[in-house]
Amino acid sequence: MTTTEVPRPSFWRRAWSFALEIWDVLARPSSVFSLGFLVLAGFLAGIFFWGAFNTALELTNTEPFCTSCHEMRTNVFEELKTTVHYNNRSGVRARCPDCHVPHEWTDKIARKMQASKEVWGKIFGTINTREKFLGHRLELAEHEWARMKANDSLECRNCHSAQSMDITRQSPRAVEAHQRFLFTGQKTCIDCHKGIAHHLPDMRNVPGWQ
Amino acid sequence: MARNLRLVAAAILVGALSSAVMAQTFSALRGPTPLDQEGPPPAMTPEQNTSVREPRNYPEQPPVIPHSTEGYEVTVHANKCLSCHARTRVRESQAPMISITHFSDRDGQFLASISPRRYFCTQCHVPQHNVRVPVENGFVDIDTVLRGSAPGGTR
Repeated sequence: MTTTEVPRPSFWRRAWSFALEIWDVLARPSSVFSLGFLVLAGFLAGIFFWGAFNTALELTNTEPFCTSCHEMRTNVFEELKTTVHYNNRSGVRARCPDCHVPHEWTDKIARKMQASKEVWGKIFGTINTREKFLGHRLELAEHEWARMKANDSLECRNCHSAQSMDITRQSPRAVEAHQRFLFTGQKTCIDCHKGIAHHLPDMRNVPGWQ
Repeated sequence: MARNLRLVAAAILVGALSSAVMAQTFSALRGPTPLDQEGPPPAMTPEQNTSVREPRNYPEQPPVIPHSTEGYEVTVHANKCLSCHARTRVRESQAPMISITHFSDRDGQFLASISPRRYFCTQCHVPQHNVRVPVENGFVDIDTVLRGSAPGGTR
């Protein structure tokens, strides 16, 4: 080995000079394409990008996508199957995103950005066994309760509207509770209806539970 | 030898008779289904779902549950019954509080809260269905007996 060799610049230095080259190209006006072409091409590319983005987003908003991971399929999805939101008289059913993802676009994007934490969890196997899942269940449930409490149980109300609720067709206990707490705005759905779609975590320190 | 033969003949006769009986159908509690088959299950009836308390048939009877408990979780993690019937919950729920006897452990020591041996409510308290009972029950409660108006007269 001789010492006359020039040492290769470090990775970060090379990356930086590459970025500068790209910027040089981008900062100069086009000498080949007309302005009209660039505008039109940008417009079409924008439409294409938007369509692709939304399609991909909606693809991650389906039950097959949610249950493609064993964490969801073998834990929470199995539990859902025994409840009224999966199996009932009229055959209407709620799918995962109906309750767990807001339907409005802005809120949906906000939730989807939060969900990058869930991708992290998937990659590092935070809940990849039943025991780990049960260990995290209270924390996970508390996130959902907090979200529903903060948005006044918006995902429940997407289907269950208090205006359309005919309390004469409810059981006497439900009539009483809804009149005293729901219609007066003292409580929101999730305050009482916890654990209706999945099993409950350890509820010892949850208000209203023993 | 002749005795043995008679025994064998008797055994064959009994066997033939019983298989003939097996093939017949009975209209018993299980319905007209032959004994070697399984009949159609009776239709399920909805749970009684009111908030009206049912009287006890005798003082020690665990009160029956007048409302539906479908989907209520009573596990090591959570007890849905207690979220209304616990001491601290009855103001909001207006439900009857669990009996103070449920705070006592089996040595008669009173605990601060429900005793673990009384935690699983539906071991004793059960929801009700409106069904036609297959066997009538002749139970008469003590008040009726004391009034002497029980069918069969005073004893």
